[in-house]
Amino acid sequence: MLIDETIASLANKLKKKEISPVDIAKECLKQIEKQNPKINAFITQVDSKAVLDQAKKIKLTTPLSGIPYVLKDVYVTKDLRTTAASNVLSDYIPQYDATVVHKVNSAGSILLGKMNMDAWGHGGSTENTDFGPAKNPWDITRVAGGSGGGPAAAIVSRMCSFAIGEDTGGSIRNPAGWCGITGLKVTYGRVSRYGSIAYASSFDSVGPTAKTAEDCALILQHIAGQDPHDATSSPLPVGDYLSRLEEGIQGKVIGVPKEFMGEGLDPKVKKLILVAAQKFTDLGAKIEEVSLPTSKYAISVYYLLAPSETSSNLARYDGIRYGNGRDKFTPETMRRIMIGTYALSAGYYDAYYKKAQQARTLIIKDYQKVFTKCDLILSPISPTPPTKLGELINDPVKNMLADIYTVTTNTAGIPALALPCGFTRSGLPIGMQLQGPMFSEEVLLQAGYAYQQVTDWHVRKPQL
Amino acid sequence: MFANRNFNWQMVLGFEVHIELATLSKMFCGCPADHFAKAPNTQVCPVCLGLPGSLPVPNTKAIKWCVKLGLALGCDINLFSKFDRKNYFYPDLPKGYQITQYDIPFCHDGELLGHKIKRVHMEEDTAKLQHQGNATLIDFNRSGVPLVEIVTEPDFVSSDDGILFLKEVQAIVRALGISTADMEKGSMRLEANISIKRPDHPRLPDYKIEVKNVNSFRFIKKAIDFEVNRQIQLLESGQTPVQETRGFKEATGETVSQRVKEEANDYRYFPEPDIPPLQFTKAQIESWRKELPQLPAQVQEELIHKYHLSPQYAVIISGNQEMYAQFLKNPSKAMADALVNKRPVQTTPVAEVNQEVVNKILAANPKAVADLKSGKQQALFFLIGQVKKQLGNIDVSLTQRIIEENISK
Repeated sequence: MLIDETIASLANKLKKKEISPVDIAKECLKQIEKQNPKINAFITQVDSKAVLDQAKKIKLTTPLSGIPYVLKDVYVTKDLRTTAASNVLSDYIPQYDATVVHKVNSAGSILLGKMNMDAWGHGGSTENTDFGPAKNPWDITRVAGGSGGGPAAAIVSRMCSFAIGEDTGGSIRNPAGWCGITGLKVTYGRVSRYGSIAYASSFDSVGPTAKTAEDCALILQHIAGQDPHDATSSPLPVGDYLSRLEEGIQGKVIGVPKEFMGEGLDPKVKKLILVAAQKFTDLGAKIEEVSLPTSKYAISVYYLLAPSETSSNLARYDGIRYGNGRDKFTPETMRRIMIGTYALSAGYYDAYYKKAQQARTLIIKDYQKVFTKCDLILSPISPTPPTKLGELINDPVKNMLADIYTVTTNTAGIPALALPCGFTRSGLPIGMQLQGPMFSEEVLLQAGYAYQQVTDWHVRKPQL
Repeated sequence: MFANRNFNWQMVLGFEVHIELATLSKMFCGCPADHFAKAPNTQVCPVCLGLPGSLPVPNTKAIKWCVKLGLALGCDINLFSKFDRKNYFYPDLPKGYQITQYDIPFCHDGELLGHKIKRVHMEEDTAKLQHQGNATLIDFNRSGVPLVEIVTEPDFVSSDDGILFLKEVQAIVRALGISTADMEKGSMRLEANISIKRPDHPRLPDYKIEVKNVNSFRFIKKAIDFEVNRQIQLLESGQTPVQETRGFKEATGETVSQRVKEEANDYRYFPEPDIPPLQFTKAQIESWRKELPQLPAQVQEELIHKYHLSPQYAVIISGNQEMYAQFLKNPSKAMADALVNKRPVQTTPVAEVNQEVVNKILAANPKAVADLKSGKQQALFFLIGQVKKQLGNIDVSLTQRIIEENISK
């Protein structure tokens, strides 16, 4: 299939006129028609005729031109329904395009649709959605991960080339791991959040999801940078992600935090992480055990601060302006609004919100300390392989613990690359993540690229 | 019987003043800030409508103007500051929270005409509700317009005292050129917090009445005086006034209950995560201080001492930038006469200022007397105000002379 190839490879063939954007678009549309009914990755599809019309007219100005992509349904798109997977916004048509949407569209990519997710980002399995759960293409009795399950499932089942995901506590990385694809959670502020429906404003980050680190580098090159519409976007110059991609990881020190490899980690996952560590050693890196002692507080910190922010961010959906009332929020979302409202209330603020902010500072300091000893951190993404449908959504505490290795990243604001590192004996994909210091996307992508040059987990695809 | 004549009770009065800044654009987006008499909902965008995904980007000019106002009001400036969210539900608030400043305002601890200013902070205005019959319509043109809030300590003991202060605030805002401070258009809004207590009672009363939505100095004075009288009557009949917000009816000169605060609102303030904290440098603040124009009090002082005009003339000329500029071209008594007489001068009966009243006032205000002796001209205006309060319309020049004679004794 054309869509098995990397973006760079497709762009090269398009340039040489060996293929046309219509060829790629047709293949995706066919695949969506065939696979989506089984997977339920889409909430809203762009009309096929409109897609093909656009593909016919597209001018090849960038490597992203003519490449079909999808959006997690958390990005507002002008004149195209945007739901955040919630019935509260079931018929909401935005007035403007998110900055990231504008950038990708301007680069010439073709939008195929808006993807399934946990409503408002509230979840780790794409089961907390009002549009039916997304299924894992490797085993449709299992979840695709979350909150961005739809985009990840669509990429691995070849319905599109790439997606723009959104990561608040693991929402890009968790589904990337459980679907066997590659996703980048960027440094907070590296990509504009303007037009991303806010879950937790100080945690939300906008990033690429694709098949390879190379694809992620290419996409990031187009979407990174300061935005006058986002006061939290960083003025630091955008890195050179693509041309330095092949620099390798010779001499780099990769830390493995002991707290992420202990109790609660499925032995199958642990084994694959250790094998991956060996691979990095083979590539010239040095593996060292490190410690992040405050990471044990990360779940508590995250599940106080993110709900606090969400309780405020979701206040505008009051049933007056967007059609549907608050009764349309799911129990999981109501739970988060209630927790956040409580944590911010007079008399509880000091004990909960403020304390959590103080702990957040300690977690940031912990990371800063560790990054004086190593360049990158290797860890699992999720403690287990993809769970059965119903397993997480019916157990709120287990649902929270599924984020245990990912929420520290957002709490600290640092970047992390998720990529596949193997399969269980029953054929379920397992992912790993590399975390780096603030604005170290270049190094993360170099490491991911080096790893993917000597492994083939990322090219495998499910037999649907 | 008004409080200032009733020695059994003492007025406890403080103000919250809102000033809409005359910046070109709104506080957090690029929409025009000037919303007066514009067709409803024509100056709106995703940000000031609070649409999903939109983000606020602070207007740096508004922040600078807020700080300059703070400096002009004698405030200290917090070099580190931030915005906060004040969460509450109301139809004029599209995000479900107002972006304001909670525990670290830009400016704090100022002083004007001997009154303490607690804080001066920056926030965004809400949309405007228009009630038409049974319907209420919302105009979002005002949503997100930069708003500065000035909060005083409750250290005013009379309505006249308050009006003198409020007029001075208005004159300063106009001298800075940061707002029209026009009460009829709502670019200056007054809120008085009024309660009364026994003069020897050391603490503040355990209730307070807010009087809101009064759009002239004359009416706010009437409202305060009415309110004090009402509260005295309640307290003297053994009742405690209900903590509430009251409005003012111009036709009857009465205040009327608008909203009773059953319990304290919990606004669940927390730092606004969409706006990074702000860090000023001392040098930056000092350079802004240097940009301050001559403030009305300084101009008055200059007119009185350098050009030997009467305080009455000084107040008139200093309150009008154009007139002041004209005067400086030919700074003479004749020019002042010409300028002042060109405008309709209010003719007022002159009450006799007697030595006895002035002596009483001076004895009751030792701090102001000390200030005046040490050369603080503002204390003179304060004392004149006190005399005026006792006697109504007075001959200001004569009063000034008597006060000065007394001081130099």
